[in-house]
Amino acid sequence: MGRSCEVCQKNRPALRRPKTGQQVCRECFFCAFEDEIHRTIVENRLFKKGDRVAIAASGGKDSTVLAHIMTLLNKRHDYGLDLFLLSIDEGITGYRDDSLETVKRNEVQYGIPLKVVSYKTLYGWTMDDIVREIGRKNNCTFCGVFRRQALDRGGVVMKADKMATGHNADDIAETVLLNILRGDIARLARCTAITTGEDSVLPRCKPFKYTYEKEIVMYAYFKKLDYFSTECIYSPNAYRGFAREFIKDLESIRPRAILDIIKSGEDFRIASTAKMPEQGICKRCGYISSQECCKACVLLEGLNRGLPRLGISRTRASNKEGPKAESNRAKERPRSISLDF
Amino acid sequence: MKLTLEFGGGLELLFGSVKIHEVAVPPPEGETKVTVKHLLLWIRDNLLKERPEMFLKDKSVRPGVLVLINDCDWELCGTTEAVLEEKDTVVFISTLHGG
Ligand SMILES: [Zn+2]
Ligand SMILES: [Zn+2]
Repeated sequence: MGRSCEVCQKNRPALRRPKTGQQVCRECFFCAFEDEIHRTIVENRLFKKGDRVAIAASGGKDSTVLAHIMTLLNKRHDYGLDLFLLSIDEGITGYRDDSLETVKRNEVQYGIPLKVVSYKTLYGWTMDDIVREIGRKNNCTFCGVFRRQALDRGGVVMKADKMATGHNADDIAETVLLNILRGDIARLARCTAITTGEDSVLPRCKPFKYTYEKEIVMYAYFKKLDYFSTECIYSPNAYRGFAREFIKDLESIRPRAILDIIKSGEDFRIASTAKMPEQGICKRCGYISSQECCKACVLLEGLNRGLPRLGISRTRASNKEGPKAESNRAKERPRSISLDF
Repeated sequence: MKLTLEFGGGLELLFGSVKIHEVAVPPPEGETKVTVKHLLLWIRDNLLKERPEMFLKDKSVRPGVLVLINDCDWELCGTTEAVLEEKDTVVFISTLHGG
Protein backbone atom coordinates (compact mmCIF):
# COMPACT_ATOMS: atom_id res chain seq x y z
CA MET A 1 0.00 0.00 0.00
CA GLY A 2 2.36 2.72 1.19
CA ARG A 3 0.26 5.61 -0.08
CA SER A 4 -1.45 8.15 2.10
CA CYS A 5 -4.98 9.60 2.15
CA GLU A 6 -5.71 11.51 -1.07
CA VAL A 7 -7.54 14.23 0.85
CA CYS A 8 -5.36 15.08 3.87
CA GLN A 9 -2.15 13.62 2.33
CA LYS A 10 -1.27 12.49 5.83
CA ASN A 11 -3.11 9.54 7.33
CA ARG A 12 -3.18 5.92 6.28
CA PRO A 13 -6.11 5.35 3.89
CA ALA A 14 -8.92 3.16 5.22
CA LEU A 15 -11.08 2.68 2.16
CA ARG A 16 -11.59 3.35 -1.50
CA ARG A 17 -14.67 5.49 -2.12
CA PRO A 18 -16.81 3.78 -4.77
CA LYS A 19 -18.16 7.09 -6.05
CA THR A 20 -14.80 8.72 -6.74
CA GLY A 21 -12.22 5.94 -6.56
CA GLN A 22 -10.34 8.06 -4.00
CA GLN A 23 -8.33 6.43 -1.23
CA VAL A 24 -9.27 8.18 1.99
CA CYS A 25 -8.53 7.86 5.68
CA ARG A 26 -11.23 7.32 8.25
CA GLU A 27 -11.50 10.93 9.33
CA CYS A 28 -11.64 12.30 5.79
CA PHE A 29 -14.22 9.64 4.93
CA PHE A 30 -16.45 10.64 7.84
CA CYS A 31 -16.23 14.30 6.79
CA ALA A 32 -16.99 13.61 3.13
CA PHE A 33 -19.81 11.18 3.94
CA GLU A 34 -21.54 13.56 6.35
CA ASP A 35 -21.01 16.65 4.17
CA GLU A 36 -22.37 15.01 1.04
CA ILE A 37 -25.57 14.03 2.82
CA HIS A 38 -25.85 17.51 4.30
CA ARG A 39 -25.47 18.98 0.81
CA THR A 40 -28.10 16.59 -0.59
CA ILE A 41 -30.51 17.69 2.14
CA VAL A 42 -29.87 21.40 1.60
CA GLU A 43 -29.72 21.46 -2.19
CA ASN A 44 -32.93 19.47 -2.54
CA ARG A 45 -34.68 21.34 0.28
CA LEU A 46 -35.74 18.08 1.89
CA PHE A 47 -36.90 19.74 5.11
CA LYS A 48 -38.10 23.05 6.51
CA LYS A 49 -37.22 24.47 9.88
CA GLY A 50 -39.73 23.24 12.44
CA ASP A 51 -40.70 20.11 10.45
CA ARG A 52 -41.65 17.09 12.49
CA VAL A 53 -39.78 14.27 10.77
CA ALA A 54 -40.39 10.55 11.14
CA ILE A 55 -37.28 8.45 10.53
CA ALA A 56 -38.40 5.08 9.21
CA ALA A 57 -36.46 2.76 11.52
CA SER A 58 -36.13 -0.98 11.04
CA GLY A 59 -33.05 -1.54 13.16
CA GLY A 60 -31.15 -2.43 9.95
CA LYS A 61 -28.00 -0.75 8.68
CA ASP A 62 -29.53 1.95 6.47
CA SER A 63 -32.08 3.21 8.96
CA THR A 64 -29.62 3.04 11.84
CA VAL A 65 -27.07 5.13 9.96
CA LEU A 66 -29.89 7.45 8.87
CA ALA A 67 -30.99 7.98 12.49
CA HIS A 68 -27.39 8.67 13.48
CA ILE A 69 -26.75 11.09 10.59
CA MET A 70 -30.04 12.94 10.90
CA THR A 71 -29.49 13.53 14.62
CA LEU A 72 -25.91 14.63 13.98
CA LEU A 73 -26.67 17.00 11.10
CA ASN A 74 -29.76 18.40 12.80
CA LYS A 75 -27.52 19.49 15.68
CA ARG A 76 -24.47 20.46 13.66
CA HIS A 77 -26.29 22.61 11.10
CA ASP A 78 -29.22 23.68 13.23
CA TYR A 79 -31.94 22.31 10.91
CA GLY A 80 -34.49 22.85 13.69
CA LEU A 81 -36.19 19.48 13.04
CA ASP A 82 -38.29 17.58 15.52
CA LEU A 83 -37.05 14.03 14.86
CA PHE A 84 -38.50 10.72 15.98
CA LEU A 85 -38.03 7.06 15.10
CA LEU A 86 -40.96 5.21 13.57
CA SER A 87 -40.98 1.41 13.56
CA ILE A 88 -43.39 -1.18 12.31
CA ASP A 89 -44.10 -4.39 14.16
CA GLU A 90 -45.36 -6.80 11.50
CA GLY A 91 -46.13 -9.43 14.10
CA ILE A 92 -43.74 -12.09 12.85
CA THR A 93 -42.77 -14.19 15.85
CA GLY A 94 -39.07 -13.93 16.56
CA TYR A 95 -38.29 -11.73 13.54
CA ARG A 96 -38.86 -8.26 14.91
CA ASP A 97 -37.96 -9.05 18.49
CA ASP A 98 -34.25 -8.49 17.98
CA SER A 99 -34.60 -5.64 15.50
CA LEU A 100 -37.07 -3.84 17.78
CA GLU A 101 -34.56 -4.22 20.59
CA THR A 102 -32.01 -2.54 18.31
CA VAL A 103 -34.38 0.34 17.58
CA LYS A 104 -35.08 0.73 21.30
CA ARG A 105 -31.33 1.03 21.90
CA ASN A 106 -31.17 3.60 19.06
CA GLU A 107 -33.84 5.61 20.88
CA VAL A 108 -31.49 5.90 23.87
CA GLN A 109 -28.29 6.31 21.82
CA TYR A 110 -29.64 9.16 19.69
CA GLY A 111 -31.96 10.66 22.27
CA ILE A 112 -35.00 10.81 19.99
CA PRO A 113 -38.38 9.21 20.80
CA LEU A 114 -39.53 5.94 19.26
CA LYS A 115 -43.07 5.07 18.12
CA VAL A 116 -43.90 1.48 17.26
CA VAL A 117 -47.01 0.75 15.20
CA SER A 118 -48.24 -2.82 14.84
CA TYR A 119 -49.98 -4.52 11.92
CA LYS A 120 -52.52 -5.76 14.44
CA THR A 121 -53.43 -2.16 15.29
CA LEU A 122 -53.47 -0.94 11.70
CA TYR A 123 -55.00 -3.91 9.92
CA GLY A 124 -56.40 -6.24 12.55
CA TRP A 125 -54.04 -8.98 11.30
CA THR A 126 -50.47 -9.82 12.25
CA MET A 127 -48.16 -11.16 9.54
CA ASP A 128 -48.21 -14.53 11.32
CA ASP A 129 -52.04 -14.53 11.15
CA ILE A 130 -51.82 -13.76 7.42
CA VAL A 131 -49.31 -16.50 6.72
CA ARG A 132 -51.47 -18.97 8.62
CA GLU A 133 -54.35 -17.98 6.34
CA ILE A 134 -52.57 -17.89 3.03
CA GLY A 135 -49.42 -19.99 3.27
CA ARG A 136 -45.93 -18.76 2.69
CA LYS A 137 -46.03 -18.43 -1.05
CA ASN A 138 -47.53 -14.98 -1.54
CA ASN A 139 -46.87 -13.34 1.77
CA CYS A 140 -44.26 -10.95 0.37
CA THR A 141 -47.09 -9.23 -1.48
CA PHE A 142 -48.79 -8.60 1.84
CA CYS A 143 -45.56 -7.75 3.57
CA GLY A 144 -44.61 -5.10 1.00
CA VAL A 145 -48.03 -3.51 0.51
CA PHE A 146 -48.83 -3.41 4.20
CA ARG A 147 -45.38 -2.26 5.24
CA ARG A 148 -45.40 0.73 2.94
CA GLN A 149 -48.78 1.90 4.14
CA ALA A 150 -48.01 1.13 7.75
CA LEU A 151 -45.16 3.63 7.76
CA ASP A 152 -47.32 6.33 6.20
CA ARG A 153 -50.26 5.67 8.48
CA GLY A 154 -48.05 5.48 11.54
CA GLY A 155 -46.41 8.75 10.53
CA VAL A 156 -49.79 10.45 10.14
CA VAL A 157 -50.95 9.19 13.54
CA MET A 158 -47.79 10.66 15.02
CA LYS A 159 -48.44 14.00 13.27
CA ALA A 160 -45.27 13.91 11.21
CA ASP A 161 -44.82 16.50 8.45
CA LYS A 162 -42.35 14.34 6.55
CA MET A 163 -40.82 10.93 6.55
CA ALA A 164 -37.19 10.14 5.84
CA THR A 165 -36.31 6.64 4.66
CA GLY A 166 -32.94 4.91 4.41
CA HIS A 167 -33.13 4.00 0.71
CA ASN A 168 -29.62 4.27 -0.69
CA ALA A 169 -28.16 4.67 -4.17
CA ASP A 170 -27.89 0.90 -4.68
CA ASP A 171 -31.56 0.46 -3.73
CA ILE A 172 -32.64 3.13 -6.18
CA ALA A 173 -30.52 1.77 -9.03
CA GLU A 174 -32.06 -1.63 -8.39
CA THR A 175 -35.56 -0.17 -8.46
CA VAL A 176 -34.88 1.67 -11.73
CA LEU A 177 -33.76 -1.61 -13.24
CA LEU A 178 -36.76 -3.53 -11.90
CA ASN A 179 -39.21 -0.95 -13.22
CA ILE A 180 -37.60 -1.19 -16.66
CA LEU A 181 -37.72 -4.98 -16.56
CA ARG A 182 -41.40 -4.82 -15.65
CA GLY A 183 -42.27 -2.06 -18.10
CA ASP A 184 -43.67 -0.09 -15.21
CA ILE A 185 -43.38 3.40 -16.66
CA ALA A 186 -45.30 5.15 -13.90
CA ARG A 187 -43.02 3.83 -11.21
CA LEU A 188 -39.95 4.35 -13.35
CA ALA A 189 -40.83 8.04 -13.54
CA ARG A 190 -41.38 8.25 -9.79
CA CYS A 191 -38.73 6.02 -8.30
CA THR A 192 -35.74 8.33 -8.72
CA ALA A 193 -37.51 11.33 -7.18
CA ILE A 194 -35.76 12.31 -3.96
CA THR A 195 -39.09 13.38 -2.47
CA THR A 196 -42.34 11.61 -3.31
CA GLY A 197 -45.95 12.23 -2.36
CA GLU A 198 -45.50 15.97 -2.07
CA ASP A 199 -49.24 16.46 -2.50
CA SER A 200 -50.11 13.83 0.06
CA VAL A 201 -50.43 14.23 3.80
CA LEU A 202 -46.99 12.77 4.38
CA PRO A 203 -44.24 13.37 1.80
CA ARG A 204 -41.33 10.93 1.88
CA CYS A 205 -37.72 11.72 1.19
CA LYS A 206 -34.47 9.83 0.72
CA PRO A 207 -31.44 11.63 2.16
CA PHE A 208 -29.25 8.65 1.05
CA LYS A 209 -30.31 8.86 -2.60
CA TYR A 210 -26.70 9.38 -3.72
CA THR A 211 -25.06 7.41 -0.91
CA TYR A 212 -23.48 4.07 -1.75
CA GLU A 213 -24.41 1.06 0.32
CA LYS A 214 -20.73 0.23 0.71
CA GLU A 215 -20.11 3.57 2.40
CA ILE A 216 -23.14 3.23 4.67
CA VAL A 217 -21.88 -0.14 5.87
CA MET A 218 -18.29 1.11 6.21
CA TYR A 219 -19.50 4.14 8.14
CA ALA A 220 -21.54 1.93 10.48
CA TYR A 221 -18.54 -0.36 10.94
CA PHE A 222 -15.98 2.35 11.67
CA LYS A 223 -18.38 4.26 13.95
CA LYS A 224 -19.37 0.97 15.64
CA LEU A 225 -23.05 1.74 15.15
CA ASP A 226 -25.39 -0.80 16.58
CA TYR A 227 -27.53 -2.38 13.86
CA PHE A 228 -29.29 -5.62 13.26
CA SER A 229 -29.18 -7.86 10.22
CA THR A 230 -31.19 -10.91 9.42
CA GLU A 231 -33.06 -12.30 6.51
CA CYS A 232 -36.81 -12.04 6.59
CA ILE A 233 -37.88 -15.56 7.55
CA TYR A 234 -40.60 -15.41 4.94
CA SER A 235 -39.05 -15.91 1.55
CA PRO A 236 -37.62 -12.88 -0.25
CA ASN A 237 -38.66 -11.64 -3.67
CA ALA A 238 -36.55 -13.68 -6.05
CA TYR A 239 -36.84 -11.27 -8.96
CA ARG A 240 -35.60 -8.39 -6.85
CA GLY A 241 -32.81 -10.66 -5.65
CA PHE A 242 -31.58 -11.15 -9.23
CA ALA A 243 -31.65 -7.41 -9.88
CA ARG A 244 -29.68 -6.86 -6.69
CA GLU A 245 -27.07 -9.41 -7.66
CA PHE A 246 -26.75 -7.88 -11.13
CA ILE A 247 -26.28 -4.37 -9.70
CA LYS A 248 -23.61 -5.66 -7.31
CA ASP A 249 -21.81 -7.43 -10.16
CA LEU A 250 -21.81 -4.24 -12.21
CA GLU A 251 -20.59 -2.25 -9.23
CA SER A 252 -17.67 -4.56 -8.66
CA ILE A 253 -16.51 -3.97 -12.23
CA ARG A 254 -17.34 -0.28 -12.41
CA PRO A 255 -18.65 1.44 -9.25
CA ARG A 256 -19.96 4.48 -11.17
CA ALA A 257 -22.60 2.18 -12.71
CA ILE A 258 -24.87 2.79 -9.71
CA LEU A 259 -25.00 6.55 -10.16
CA ASP A 260 -25.27 6.17 -13.92
CA ILE A 261 -28.32 3.93 -13.63
CA ILE A 262 -29.95 6.49 -11.33
CA LYS A 263 -29.11 9.19 -13.86
CA SER A 264 -30.66 7.13 -16.65
CA GLY A 265 -33.80 6.74 -14.57
CA GLU A 266 -33.95 10.48 -13.93
CA ASP A 267 -33.42 11.41 -17.57
CA PHE A 268 -35.99 9.12 -19.11
CA ARG A 269 -38.61 11.14 -20.96
CA ILE A 270 -41.97 9.50 -20.84
CA ALA A 271 -43.79 9.96 -24.15
CA SER A 272 -46.90 12.08 -23.68
CA THR A 273 -48.86 9.37 -25.47
CA ALA A 274 -47.97 6.78 -22.83
CA LYS A 275 -50.96 5.77 -20.73
CA MET A 276 -50.28 6.52 -17.09
CA PRO A 277 -52.49 5.27 -14.28
CA GLU A 278 -54.20 8.14 -12.52
CA GLN A 279 -53.11 8.77 -8.97
CA GLY A 280 -56.25 9.01 -6.92
CA ILE A 281 -57.34 8.23 -3.44
CA CYS A 282 -58.64 4.95 -2.05
CA LYS A 283 -62.39 5.12 -1.40
CA ARG A 284 -62.09 3.12 1.75
CA CYS A 285 -59.02 4.37 3.57
CA GLY A 286 -57.99 7.57 1.78
CA TYR A 287 -54.54 6.30 0.95
CA ILE A 288 -52.97 7.21 -2.43
CA SER A 289 -54.05 4.67 -5.00
CA SER A 290 -54.32 4.35 -8.76
CA GLN A 291 -57.41 2.19 -8.33
CA GLU A 292 -60.73 2.79 -6.66
CA CYS A 293 -59.54 0.69 -3.75
CA CYS A 294 -55.92 0.57 -2.71
CA LYS A 295 -54.00 -2.67 -2.76
CA ALA A 296 -54.01 -2.97 1.03
CA CYS A 297 -57.79 -2.62 1.21
CA VAL A 298 -58.26 -5.25 -1.51
CA LEU A 299 -55.91 -7.65 0.27
CA LEU A 300 -57.63 -6.95 3.58
CA GLU A 301 -61.08 -7.54 2.14
CA GLY A 302 -59.86 -10.87 0.83
CA LEU A 303 -58.51 -11.84 4.22
CA ASN A 304 -61.63 -10.73 6.06
CA ARG A 305 -63.94 -12.55 3.64
CA GLY A 306 -61.90 -15.71 3.79
CA LEU A 307 -60.69 -15.28 0.19
CA PRO A 308 -57.07 -14.55 0.93
CA ARG A 309 -55.93 -14.86 -2.69
CA LEU A 310 -57.96 -11.82 -3.66
CA GLY A 311 -55.74 -9.16 -5.14
CA ILE A 312 -52.81 -11.51 -5.57
CA SER A 313 -53.59 -13.77 -8.48
CA ARG A 314 -53.53 -12.04 -11.82
CA THR A 315 -55.88 -14.45 -13.55
CA ARG A 316 -59.32 -13.35 -14.69
CA ALA A 317 -60.95 -16.09 -12.68
CA SER A 318 -59.89 -14.51 -9.45
CA ASN A 319 -60.94 -11.08 -10.63
CA LYS A 320 -64.46 -12.38 -11.01
CA GLU A 321 -64.76 -13.24 -7.37
CA GLY A 322 -63.24 -9.94 -6.38
CA PRO A 323 -65.00 -6.81 -5.22
CA LYS A 324 -66.04 -4.11 -7.65
CA ALA A 325 -62.66 -2.49 -7.57
CA GLU A 326 -61.23 -5.57 -9.16
CA SER A 327 -63.31 -5.22 -12.30
CA ASN A 328 -62.04 -1.69 -12.81
CA ARG A 329 -58.60 -2.97 -12.33
CA ALA A 330 -58.93 -5.48 -15.11
CA LYS A 331 -59.39 -2.67 -17.63
CA GLU A 332 -56.06 -1.13 -16.87
CA ARG A 333 -52.78 -2.51 -18.00
CA PRO A 334 -51.54 -5.39 -15.89
CA ARG A 335 -49.82 -4.17 -12.78
CA SER A 336 -46.94 -5.71 -11.02
CA ILE A 337 -47.76 -7.16 -7.69
CA SER A 338 -44.63 -6.45 -5.79
CA LEU A 339 -43.64 -3.74 -3.45
CA ASP A 340 -42.28 -0.46 -4.67
CA PHE A 341 -40.52 2.49 -3.15
CA MET B 1 -0.76 -18.82 10.61
CA LYS B 2 -2.97 -17.43 13.39
CA LEU B 3 -5.71 -15.12 12.17
CA THR B 4 -8.82 -13.51 13.62
CA LEU B 5 -11.84 -13.70 11.35
CA GLU B 6 -14.97 -11.71 11.91
CA PHE B 7 -18.28 -12.12 10.09
CA GLY B 8 -21.01 -9.49 10.21
CA GLY B 9 -24.02 -7.98 8.50
CA GLY B 10 -25.81 -11.34 8.54
CA LEU B 11 -22.90 -13.44 7.24
CA GLU B 12 -22.45 -14.89 10.72
CA LEU B 13 -25.61 -16.90 10.04
CA LEU B 14 -23.54 -19.03 7.64
CA PHE B 15 -21.05 -19.74 10.42
CA GLY B 16 -23.27 -21.10 13.14
CA SER B 17 -24.19 -17.54 14.21
CA VAL B 18 -20.67 -17.09 15.62
CA LYS B 19 -19.18 -13.71 14.68
CA ILE B 20 -15.57 -14.02 15.74
CA HIS B 21 -13.37 -17.00 14.92
CA GLU B 22 -9.76 -17.44 16.05
CA VAL B 23 -8.22 -19.75 13.48
CA ALA B 24 -4.90 -21.26 12.39
CA VAL B 25 -4.60 -21.37 8.61
CA PRO B 26 -1.71 -23.40 7.13
CA PRO B 27 -0.16 -22.04 3.90
CA PRO B 28 -0.83 -24.05 0.73
CA GLU B 29 1.49 -27.06 0.17
CA GLY B 30 5.00 -26.04 -0.74
CA GLU B 31 4.41 -22.37 -0.03
CA THR B 32 5.01 -20.06 2.90
CA LYS B 33 2.60 -17.23 2.18
CA VAL B 34 -1.12 -17.12 2.92
CA THR B 35 -3.09 -14.95 0.50
CA VAL B 36 -6.71 -13.90 0.91
CA LYS B 37 -7.52 -16.14 -2.05
CA HIS B 38 -6.18 -19.10 -0.11
CA LEU B 39 -7.96 -17.98 3.04
CA LEU B 40 -11.32 -17.92 1.21
CA LEU B 41 -10.87 -21.52 0.08
CA TRP B 42 -9.80 -22.52 3.56
CA ILE B 43 -12.91 -20.88 5.03
CA ARG B 44 -15.10 -22.67 2.51
CA ASP B 45 -13.61 -26.05 3.37
CA ASN B 46 -13.18 -25.66 7.12
CA LEU B 47 -15.49 -23.05 8.57
CA LEU B 48 -18.53 -22.49 6.38
CA LYS B 49 -21.58 -24.36 7.65
CA GLU B 50 -24.08 -23.69 4.86
CA ARG B 51 -24.91 -22.02 1.56
CA PRO B 52 -21.42 -21.25 0.19
CA GLU B 53 -23.03 -19.27 -2.67
CA MET B 54 -24.04 -16.61 -0.13
CA PHE B 55 -20.39 -16.00 0.65
CA LEU B 56 -18.33 -16.91 -2.42
CA LYS B 57 -18.60 -16.35 -6.14
CA ASP B 58 -16.01 -17.07 -8.83
CA LYS B 59 -13.06 -17.56 -6.47
CA SER B 60 -13.74 -14.32 -4.60
CA VAL B 61 -16.36 -13.11 -2.16
CA ARG B 62 -19.81 -12.54 -3.52
CA PRO B 63 -20.21 -8.95 -4.73
CA GLY B 64 -21.80 -6.98 -1.91
CA VAL B 65 -19.60 -8.57 0.74
CA LEU B 66 -17.10 -6.05 2.13
CA VAL B 67 -13.68 -7.22 3.28
CA LEU B 68 -11.37 -5.37 5.66
CA ILE B 69 -7.84 -6.46 6.51
CA ASN B 70 -6.74 -4.92 9.82
CA ASP B 71 -9.58 -2.40 9.40
CA CYS B 72 -8.46 -1.40 5.93
CA ASP B 73 -10.65 -1.87 2.82
CA TRP B 74 -9.20 -4.85 0.95
CA GLU B 75 -9.53 -2.92 -2.32
CA LEU B 76 -6.51 -0.94 -1.10
CA CYS B 77 -4.47 -4.06 -0.36
CA GLY B 78 -4.90 -6.06 -3.57
CA THR B 79 -8.17 -7.88 -2.80
CA THR B 80 -7.69 -11.65 -3.25
CA GLU B 81 -3.94 -11.25 -3.89
CA ALA B 82 -3.32 -9.55 -0.54
CA VAL B 83 -0.76 -11.42 1.55
CA LEU B 84 -1.71 -11.98 5.17
CA GLU B 85 0.57 -11.88 8.17
CA GLU B 86 0.57 -13.52 11.57
CA LYS B 87 -2.23 -12.18 13.84
CA ASP B 88 -3.97 -10.22 11.09
CA THR B 89 -7.68 -9.57 11.50
CA VAL B 90 -9.91 -10.11 8.47
CA VAL B 91 -13.48 -8.82 8.63
CA PHE B 92 -16.26 -9.85 6.23
CA ILE B 93 -19.48 -7.82 6.21
CA SER B 94 -22.48 -8.48 4.03
CA THR B 95 -24.29 -5.44 2.67
CA LEU B 96 -27.02 -7.59 1.21
CA HIS B 97 -29.37 -7.68 4.14
CA GLY B 98 -32.27 -5.31 4.63
CA GLY B 99 -31.85 -1.94 6.16
ZN1 LIG C 1 -7.37 11.92 5.26
ZN1 LIG D 1 -57.38 1.67 1.00
